Amino acid sequence: MASFVKKKCADVASPKAKKRYTAGDVTFNIINYTVFIIITILCVYPFYYLFINTISSNQLSANGSINWFPQQIQWSNYTAVFQLSGLRDSFIISILRTVIGTVCTVFASAFLGFMFTQEKMWKRKFWYRFVIITMYFNAGLIPCFIINYNLGLTNNFWVYILPAVVQPFNIILVKTYIESTPKSLQEAAAIDGAGVLKIFAKVVLPISTPILATIAIFSAVGQWNSFQDTLIYVTDPHLYSLQYLLYNYINQANSLAMLIKSNPGLSGNSIANLASQQTPTSIRMTVSVIVIIPILLVYPFFQRYFVKGIMIGAVKG
Amino acid sequence: MQHHSASKGKAVKKNKWISYKMFLLILPFLILLFIFSYLPLYGWTYAFFDYTPPLKLSQCPYVGWKWFKFLFLNKTQVMEFLKVMRNTFAMSGLGILTSPLPMLFAIFLNEIHCRWLKKSVQTLTTLPNFISWVLVYSVAFSLFSSSGMVNTVGQSMGLISQPIHFLDSDNHTWLSMLLWGLWKGLGWGAIMYLASLAGIDQELYEAAKVDGAGRFGLIWHITIPGLLPTYFVLLMLSVAGFLSNGLDQYYVFHNSFNMEHIQVLDLYVYNLGLGNGNYALSTALSMMKSVVSVVLLVTVNAISKITRGESIV
Repeated sequence: MASFVKKKCADVASPKAKKRYTAGDVTFNIINYTVFIIITILCVYPFYYLFINTISSNQLSANGSINWFPQQIQWSNYTAVFQLSGLRDSFIISILRTVIGTVCTVFASAFLGFMFTQEKMWKRKFWYRFVIITMYFNAGLIPCFIINYNLGLTNNFWVYILPAVVQPFNIILVKTYIESTPKSLQEAAAIDGAGVLKIFAKVVLPISTPILATIAIFSAVGQWNSFQDTLIYVTDPHLYSLQYLLYNYINQANSLAMLIKSNPGLSGNSIANLASQQTPTSIRMTVSVIVIIPILLVYPFFQRYFVKGIMIGAVKG
Repeated sequence: MQHHSASKGKAVKKNKWISYKMFLLILPFLILLFIFSYLPLYGWTYAFFDYTPPLKLSQCPYVGWKWFKFLFLNKTQVMEFLKVMRNTFAMSGLGILTSPLPMLFAIFLNEIHCRWLKKSVQTLTTLPNFISWVLVYSVAFSLFSSSGMVNTVGQSMGLISQPIHFLDSDNHTWLSMLLWGLWKGLGWGAIMYLASLAGIDQELYEAAKVDGAGRFGLIWHITIPGLLPTYFVLLMLSVAGFLSNGLDQYYVFHNSFNMEHIQVLDLYVYNLGLGNGNYALSTALSMMKSVVSVVLLVTVNAISKITRGESIV
């Protein structure tokens, strides 16, 4: 990426002096810039819209009158939604699964990726294929459900972690990466009498940090965003992930709004009683923003890695 | 002599032990993988039984190919299955039709020479890729529900008198699913092409400029041919994944109004199995889907080997 930018810089800087813009060039540039700016606004505005609505008066946002700028700014939504016990539980579950899941899969990918570079291992090629081939088939929803059910993993926190520990694609990434580093480092450690585990911990782990960071970020985002596993394996509300809870809120708010419309005397829903000024809209939007924030926080760090991540993946294909 | 061979034997033994030890170190992970990837294949047997959940499989009657026959011979079932396949083909087909868009996005973004703008566009258009489908749905709901932003602005400006039902209707379901997919994935899809663009030899451009090629000449004769290998690989992969639309997007957007056009194979398998409790039929479908997907993958891989001399998997 860096070299790409540099190249581009040189390209822009040098011919500037003698470059003459034709009318066609100008028209093209105007259209091109406009289209990209519109696309960018379309990608960003929805997030902005959610945010300004959560910090504006809930009444105004329920009427749909907050579209461009926040009005009557207040931050009480963010403290209010955390009083929902369901939200607090889900927040903790989502953080736990993100942290534990990421640590486990990064460790497993690093270790397996490294071990599969060790030619001494018994039937190394066979076991490598045994792992990789699982990328290309999938038993299906019900067979997986039955296995997890029989293992007691339904309504169990570990259903978020265990099936995702061994990720063949990540193992390919690490293996390719380690193979691209000089072998002499490992050999030198081996001559000094280091065993496989010591070589892994002292030599391989430190030099693999770029690829491990890529894997960590991708799996953290994957864990944070995961929705399906809660949908399929979990019915216990204490184990709901934040994504699943948000989905429920959207649908509850939906049915709640319809119920209120058809039956004005009705207010028996837990969401309606939360706090007098909260509306289904304010809760839904505030939870949405809370779900986005962690992604936005890691995003700047992320960017450095994702081109690298895809490129290595693309080489392998 | 004897002593020498004995020590050699010991060394061989020691090496053998090391090679087994290494295997033992990864064994726990292999077991984990076996449990979650291979063991479920055994669950395919459920397709051959009349399985009722609380019972054990051995207590249920073996029915052979009944469910497969049911899928293809029962009239209402066939109609429903055809509808599901129509939706699957529509969504995957539209996905393949629009597959050049990320490439075009990258090519035209590359024509922006203002660096900070280019970087900002790239960063901001990639963002939607990293949010979940639930959040996309939340965004869609905020903007397009009957009390959402588009309807309230439209009504206050007098453009529409009645709220338009974007989400709770079956109008243009395929188109809106396609557009949400593009909204989420277009910027991200372009990154791969931007990376390959950087790999195109700059001298080719210089040479073509000397030959008098204009901006579009350069794009047509150098950039596009340079990106085609990447495009080809991605196209082949999307053909291999033709039957896998994914569950998340269609699940979060589905409702009783748009079921007719939104139920793709993955959603149907879910609805049949966990919604209606028809484990056997759902498993039978998964089974066929897996087999067809593997066949597709092997086929596109063979095509790739023949046409490019390189395999994609």
